[in-house]
Amino acid sequence: MQNDFAHEVANQRQTDPDLAVSARELTKRFGRFTAVDGISFDVRRGEIFGFLGANGAGKTTAIRMFCGLLPPTAGEAQVAGYDVRTQPRMIKQTIGYMSQKFSLYEDLTVAQNIEFYGGIYGLTRPQIEHKTGLLLDELNLRDRRDTLTQSLPLGWKQRLALSVSLLHDPSIIFLDEPTGGVDPISRRNFWRIIYEIADSGKTVFVTTHYMDEAEYCGRLSIMYQGRIIEIGTPGGLKEKYGLDTMQDIFVHLVGGDTRKEAKQ
Amino acid sequence: MRRRLMAIIRKEFIHIFRDWRTLLIIILMPILMIVLYGYAITLDMRNIVFGVIDDARTPDSRALVDAFAENGFFRTLPRDVRRNEMESLFMRRDVHMVLVIPEDFSADLTQNRSAVVQLIIDASDSNVGTFVGNYAEQVLGIYNQRMNHAVPALFEIAPRIFYNPDMNSTNFFVPGLVALILMLISALLTSIAITREKETGTMEQILVSPVHAREIVLGKVLPYVLLGLVNAALILLSAWILFDVPVRGSLALLGLLSLVYVFVALSFGLMISTVARTQLIAMFGTLMATILPTIMLSGFIFPIASMPELLRWIANVLPATYFLIIIRAIMLKGVGSAELWPQALILSGIGTLLLTAATRRFRMRLE
Amino acid sequence: MKPLVSVEHFSKSYGEIRAVRDLSFSVRRGELFGLIGPDGAGKTTTMRTLVTLLRPDEGTVTVDGMDVRKQLKAIRAITGYMPQRFSLYPDLSVEQNLRFFAELFSVPRNELTDRMQRLYRFSRLEEFSTRLAGRLSGGMKQKLALSCTLIHDPVLLVLDEPTTGVDPVSRSEFWEILRELREQGVTIVVSTPYMDEAMKCDRIVIMHSGVALAHGTPGELINSMRLPMYALDERDLVMNFSRIEAASGVRSVQSFGDSLHITTDEDIDEDRLSAALEQTLDRPVRLRRIAPSLEDVFIALIEQGTEHAE
Repeated sequence: MQNDFAHEVANQRQTDPDLAVSARELTKRFGRFTAVDGISFDVRRGEIFGFLGANGAGKTTAIRMFCGLLPPTAGEAQVAGYDVRTQPRMIKQTIGYMSQKFSLYEDLTVAQNIEFYGGIYGLTRPQIEHKTGLLLDELNLRDRRDTLTQSLPLGWKQRLALSVSLLHDPSIIFLDEPTGGVDPISRRNFWRIIYEIADSGKTVFVTTHYMDEAEYCGRLSIMYQGRIIEIGTPGGLKEKYGLDTMQDIFVHLVGGDTRKEAKQ
Repeated sequence: MRRRLMAIIRKEFIHIFRDWRTLLIIILMPILMIVLYGYAITLDMRNIVFGVIDDARTPDSRALVDAFAENGFFRTLPRDVRRNEMESLFMRRDVHMVLVIPEDFSADLTQNRSAVVQLIIDASDSNVGTFVGNYAEQVLGIYNQRMNHAVPALFEIAPRIFYNPDMNSTNFFVPGLVALILMLISALLTSIAITREKETGTMEQILVSPVHAREIVLGKVLPYVLLGLVNAALILLSAWILFDVPVRGSLALLGLLSLVYVFVALSFGLMISTVARTQLIAMFGTLMATILPTIMLSGFIFPIASMPELLRWIANVLPATYFLIIIRAIMLKGVGSAELWPQALILSGIGTLLLTAATRRFRMRLE
Repeated sequence: MKPLVSVEHFSKSYGEIRAVRDLSFSVRRGELFGLIGPDGAGKTTTMRTLVTLLRPDEGTVTVDGMDVRKQLKAIRAITGYMPQRFSLYPDLSVEQNLRFFAELFSVPRNELTDRMQRLYRFSRLEEFSTRLAGRLSGGMKQKLALSCTLIHDPVLLVLDEPTTGVDPVSRSEFWEILRELREQGVTIVVSTPYMDEAMKCDRIVIMHSGVALAHGTPGELINSMRLPMYALDERDLVMNFSRIEAASGVRSVQSFGDSLHITTDEDIDEDRLSAALEQTLDRPVRLRRIAPSLEDVFIALIEQGTEHAE
């Protein structure tokens, strides 16, 4: 009975083009350990959505499910209208992913990195050449085309990694702690690009440990011990809790007790 | 000094015993190696297939063929061979030798003329060719004696073979294998011991304490000496059980000198460890620096005396060279400490030198 | 009283790369001192030099009057250092790690239990004393690492980005502990790329690309920024960056969540700015005067620095 309902909801969702990510009671268990415990939420197209949580709260597991890398134990999730359980390949073709470690090959040149990632996303050679040209211009890296990636400044690497993850024109991009360690100017420039991406209709899904960055998000959720314990806009949450910063809200919600965290 | 050294040793033992999978590999790998190599590397040949072209077809000729087949070296191709197919038999490696017995073989024998038979031997591997030839000659000798027992021999050579009376090459190779495996395993153990800490960053943390280079180096060697000794015992035991290799000399002396050898190998691994930046480099470096020279240059297979001068020089600084002399002498000849002290002294010297070098090379800073 | 740490005209290069150039600062006893800057600023190089892991190319670096070039062992004995990467033994338990470092630093045996109890009290790690260090959560690992660097009661504590990659709750706990330690008289030098943490230090030096841009208390640095800042709380204007930037009197625009932060020239007041913006955007705008954050100061300093360089 409930299953039927879930299917109906699922089908309905597939026809709703405005939803980029949609999770219903999404759960992942590893043995007896429940990493993600029945989370439900929607992310609309063009949103910048912050996905926050303490270490080990289940963020990474949830993102892996959204990217089609891990099948859920229970519940439903659609990403860009595709079911994470049955259509992981479609999802991978539709999403972009950029992590903290940038996944660029340090010993390849800038152009070689672009070529490689273009290749694995199935772009044709003329497409890759066209894209490479565009990207190098956009990033102001034309002179550095044949520079080894390892010798680029961190801020540039970060932008290159972002561009590479956008090569196949995904409609949703997952950013996993994208700004670790870069200087504030690069960081702000990076966020400016993220706004541009969102404004062009793509959905941006970001995780971060840094609460000043959470302030940049349009809407955000806070995860704790596998559950989403709060969701809303930064302004709305500040109003609700009467606190000034996201840092305060986070500490208030997740609490200062490491004992809980450690016992799980 | 004592406290910090003991702390490092204790910690190293915790690492060793915590990771029981690795420990199991460390213990089982040498045994596996000695089984594999022990059976694979042998110069003795058995079951050499040979074809027969018997034009005589007499009881005498059949007796000759039987004489070949009756010891374990030769096996007859179970059909007659035609002359025109001989070449293709050799090419397909169906036979290593063809025995041709001429028509008048029996006639010559009975008329006391010397009977001629022809042996055609595949010598594309010259070693194998020589062996086959030698074996065949022995068989023919035996056959001759049998047929011509009426004729007394003018003189008889009665060779006595010392130390390895069966001329069993296993007895020659297994001690060499022990030397090779002990060197490889021990050096590997320590070569990753320091690079691992460099890679995980724990070295940086240790360095900022008042610890000395010699404490770190010694603290890394000593625990593995014990592990190396256990390995040595297991290898010797499996050699004895599996290959019947005797230990004619003193077991205690062999144990003591194995300890010295293990110490040299561990110091060598540590030396590599101080230079290499990653575990991977350290492991490859150790493999390259131990396996090849030990097999090729230490006298394991090829006698050092017949090497060109340059290689002899290299052989002279290889620890395995000296340990090979020691282990073969003790196991096969039953030689004692009175004869082996020079080798023991040289080994200890090399070990001390390597350990000092490792301590010297060890950087107390990150640059 | 003489400063505990003194860095004078310190420079260090790795081959072609000049990691730190002509850096000078001093840390007083009992101070919580911050090295603030992004990756590549030269923080780690500076800290490694403080704890004698690196040798200065130029300049003088002393800890408690001792030269880092010469008095290696003596400095190491009074210093606790926590590298950026978690660098304890993951296959040793919490207690085994603590004991190991106690032995390395020759902590008197009769004091050991007492000290471990004290460290357990603040780190709350006692109930996990038999757990392997590799199985601890991120925040607990950091606390164990800190405990190990404290086991020999160091006079100076040097912490290289101790909270990078740690969640906000563990971070605020960690800073709570640092403040307690400072109360007890431990001098702390800590590096961080994050401005909210910089605000918690007594004094800071802001570094960028191997150069010190400024030092002082966080308050002093914020007050030193004279340029006025305004917030424009209209999300739909976020995409009008370039037009707003072009408006007269505007120096820079930054997006900040739902709002834009606008820095203006010194002589521009609120009325003139809103007039200029209304003209550019052709619609009424609501401005709000705000105080600059340390990050704004940082950005202004970097921009000044590059102007100087050019």
